[in-house]
Amino acid sequence: MKNTALTSIHEALGAKMMSFGGYKMPLQYSSITEEHEAVRERLGLFDVSHMGEFIVRGKEALDFVQKITSNDASKLSPGQAQYSCLPNDRGGVIDDLLVYRLFEDQCSEGEQAFMLVVNASNIQKDWDWISSANTFDTQLIDISEKSSLLALQGPKAIDVLRSLVDFNLDDLAYYTFTKGKVGNIDNVLISNTGYTGSGGYELYFDNEHAEYLWNKLMEAGADYGIKPAGLGARDTLRLEMGFCLYGHEINDETSPIAAGLGWITKTKKEADFFSKSLFIKDRKEGTKRKLTGFIVNDRRVPRQGYELFNQEDEVIGLVTSGTMSPSLDVPIGMAYIDKQYIKEGAEIFLGIRKKRCSCTIKKVPFYKP
Amino acid sequence: MTNLETLKYTEDHEWVAIDGDIATVGITAFAQGELGEIVYVEVETVGETIAKAEIFGTVEAVKTTSDLFMPISGEVIEFNKALDENEDDNPGLINESPFDEGWIIKIKMADTSELDDLLDHEAYQKLVS
Repeated sequence: MKNTALTSIHEALGAKMMSFGGYKMPLQYSSITEEHEAVRERLGLFDVSHMGEFIVRGKEALDFVQKITSNDASKLSPGQAQYSCLPNDRGGVIDDLLVYRLFEDQCSEGEQAFMLVVNASNIQKDWDWISSANTFDTQLIDISEKSSLLALQGPKAIDVLRSLVDFNLDDLAYYTFTKGKVGNIDNVLISNTGYTGSGGYELYFDNEHAEYLWNKLMEAGADYGIKPAGLGARDTLRLEMGFCLYGHEINDETSPIAAGLGWITKTKKEADFFSKSLFIKDRKEGTKRKLTGFIVNDRRVPRQGYELFNQEDEVIGLVTSGTMSPSLDVPIGMAYIDKQYIKEGAEIFLGIRKKRCSCTIKKVPFYKP
Repeated sequence: MTNLETLKYTEDHEWVAIDGDIATVGITAFAQGELGEIVYVEVETVGETIAKAEIFGTVEAVKTTSDLFMPISGEVIEFNKALDENEDDNPGLINESPFDEGWIIKIKMADTSELDDLLDHEAYQKLVS
């Protein structure tokens, strides 16, 4: 199992550690609910350095990114980011990712540069796929091992980060980024993005600065009630928002159209990309099942792999994720369900062995911070 | 406070306190720590006679679901109402006080000789250390 540059800090804080995507990561420090509430009401700091980062640079970097991703990267100016998918050639999803269009200060004339941020568990699979697809005048560099990533998330994140930067943070719009100084550290990529729905920033930098920046942010956040937050809270936060998690809502077999990711599947973009024609077909003909949210009307918690049933006790769906929502105090879940049953407020049933629990179909997000 | 040395334990991390032919059952401090915050306990088997190692209920934590197994055969005669969310009570008692207020069920034992198969405190400590 790999460590991040902050593993010893997490252990010193008494975190319960878990294996995730090949990394030893903090599951929780105090409790998932407390960390969740800190992010919703104030702020939390996550070490998400397990995420992978690839640099794509060259004269045909844009063409290459257009070929391998489903969103339209031609819309990005340097300093902008977008959520996207890496489709395979069978109509499924190899990974979901963030695509950053980097500033061109490191580029020669006529070159473009991007950073792709991918899931830890998929780093090798993604790298193999995009390397084999790289028939373009483009260089690929895997900087995952030397990069750290901290996510400062919550309504107070802006106030805390503002005290550590020398530019006007209010000018940094959602899904844009800049390179700047945080505390004493130069060249930090500061991105107005996150996976919690509560706002905040993600900071990318070299491993050697990880301890300094972690401590600096924890110190600056102390007066605001900052808490270190683990992957447990990261999961409950993203689920309340209905965000997809690779390996749960999306995988090599799922269509992004069925997963509700049609908005990042730009079948009208001019450039060809993997599975474009299959996605056009999914869009036109519809898929049998679609991803939806639901809540359980008692206290049982849905988990990945549980089946869903109709009134006649026929199987109509499969749960992809579930948890007890800390903000709402009700069990929430996401599932692929036969689309004729997906109607806001409709009743379906969660199967737990022989038992059937009444559930209600609910549009995501479950919660609006 | 319960004296932990007097309890019997299972490899599923349940504890058993014996009083005559009545056994009180809960999960250990180690088990609640592994589960994390418990948000619901479901026991719908009160009044049923259930064999050892069969499921008598379920614990829901934020992160995971875990079944509860009969440490010994017998009739489930009582469920700890203090844990029952429907009564506005607190399943988190299992986290806060796993060996005392967080007890889960009482069993009228069918065959007390089954107690010999359970672990004593020392053996259980070895299992979780």
